[in-house]
Amino acid sequence: MVEVSPAPLRLVVDDERALRPRPGASVPVVESEAQLRSLLRGLAGVDAVGAEARAAKLATRSLKRETKRAAIDLALSMVDLTTLEGADTPGRVASLCAKARRPDPEEPDTPAVAAVCVYPDLVATARAHLVGSGVRVASVATAFPSGRASRAVKLLDVADAVAAGADEVDMVLDRGAFLSGRLGEVFDEVVAVREACGPAHLKVILEVGELVTYDNVRRASWLAMLAGADFIKTSTGKVAVSATLPTALVMLEAVRDFAESTGRLVGVKAAGGIRTTKEALRYLVVVNETAGSAWLDPALFRFGASSLVNDLLLQRRKQRSGAYARPDRVSVD
Amino acid sequence: MSERLDVRKTYKLLVGGAFPRSESGRSYEVLDAKGRFLANVAQASRKDVRDAVVAARSAQRAWWSLTPYNRGQVLYRLAEMAEARGRELAEQVGRAEGIRATEARATVARSIDRLVWYAGWCDKVAQVLGGQNPVAGPYFNFSVPVPSGVVGVLADQASSLEAFVDAVAAPLAAGNTVVALASETRPIPAALLGEMSATSDLVPGALNVLTGRTGEVAPVLASHEDVDGLDLAGADDVFAGELAALAAETVTRVLRGADPQDRGLKRLRAFVETSTVWHTIGP
Repeated sequence: MVEVSPAPLRLVVDDERALRPRPGASVPVVESEAQLRSLLRGLAGVDAVGAEARAAKLATRSLKRETKRAAIDLALSMVDLTTLEGADTPGRVASLCAKARRPDPEEPDTPAVAAVCVYPDLVATARAHLVGSGVRVASVATAFPSGRASRAVKLLDVADAVAAGADEVDMVLDRGAFLSGRLGEVFDEVVAVREACGPAHLKVILEVGELVTYDNVRRASWLAMLAGADFIKTSTGKVAVSATLPTALVMLEAVRDFAESTGRLVGVKAAGGIRTTKEALRYLVVVNETAGSAWLDPALFRFGASSLVNDLLLQRRKQRSGAYARPDRVSVD
Repeated sequence: MSERLDVRKTYKLLVGGAFPRSESGRSYEVLDAKGRFLANVAQASRKDVRDAVVAARSAQRAWWSLTPYNRGQVLYRLAEMAEARGRELAEQVGRAEGIRATEARATVARSIDRLVWYAGWCDKVAQVLGGQNPVAGPYFNFSVPVPSGVVGVLADQASSLEAFVDAVAAPLAAGNTVVALASETRPIPAALLGEMSATSDLVPGALNVLTGRTGEVAPVLASHEDVDGLDLAGADDVFAGELAALAAETVTRVLRGADPQDRGLKRLRAFVETSTVWHTIGP
């Protein structure tokens, strides 16, 4: 089995908006629920109208020619190619892995995607098909997508995925506990899962569609980051409301502020409902304008998607040939 | 009493059952046969072509999965709509083509009759273009005509309605969906027919009507990989040759030089594939 070490986090970027952590910045140690509560309550409220207006404004930016080509390739390299269906088979995972390694066989210079995301029981299959490719294996765990199971079951689920060779674990935040104010419980669970992950990266799924308000999204983001998340992720893709541009904006502000006050860079994964190149490029614009260019890297920003890849490939072909491409020229998953 | 303000109509595109202005926001002036201002018309861009092809592709399965009888009813319904707005059509055809009112009315009547004729063909295509084949074995072998898919139509530049109806109704009758580029200088009757199609129970996206500069938009339509057939009625020989070369890149079926006055089956036959089906003989 090939060990893929997590990509090193970059702090130094040649950008005028380069990240400058405050001198002596470090992640605060959370010692009690009361302290956590006051920390999260102390966060400024989100200007909902402002966030939506800013996201809408940024969505009007258009990328052209070389920039667009580069952005399409960047977006491809940020995709967690995902299959999370009850009907998943080893064969389906194998074909997805083949696609992850070489998304467009007719265009060999197409970058590979960042990771393949599967359920824990299919991690070993994915691992075997991705040997030596540099594509990472991500697995959802902790009773995905609802998270309604006991702590012990969730931790076993995580241990199972890690033992099978998952490089990244996507856990679901306990929204029930969060919404009813049991913040200490949520925090402890993330810490416990973080420990169970060992060397694997931990992505915490906030399920923004169930958190209802932007304030909750900001608080949940901070909670997850304080508890040791390597990534915060918008959604499971299994509820009606998934990733939206304004929510991603709020989360990106959270990782930016967190980096400034603690010096630790946390990634963001936008998942669910992102199907077209146009939408993906809007996210990249928001990433660049909110968190900064350091986050324009698969180590710090990901798309959780399946059908998005095909649209990226079609647009990539269009950029190359000048003619609009036919959807059945790329593999149907 | 104050004078009433003019309510002037800008003709818009028909894409996926909706009437967008061009994605580019552009429009152009259309003049009548004598050079007087007629109306502003949306000027489609290459992205409108892309959107129209996506709409046509997603409508194709739904349109083809209707029963042939039902497709015929829908086309007949379009004829009913055209009949009801015949006066408006005749006025616009007359002004666009610079012909007398009686002549324009006759043109509209012929166009509507043509539509009814194609409506009748919907459930007869299979009998006439299909068949049973003799085989050396104990089974049947059928040839079944199936639509090519998405057909791009570069409509005739001179005949604003009659040739347009012929060029779009034929592929529709055979089960294709259509992206039609109307005559550049005489687009209004085609745009009106598009408006009527939106109230004819036509599957949204089955007929898409674009107006704009032929030289700008036609190459995008011809080179689009997801277009399965191309009718080049509205291009002269040289331009049609260039477009056919673009279409050849993805082996798109191309129809050139079809005469709108020809009452044969050339257009109906042009965008049909033959699917062969085997069937056992019963006990």
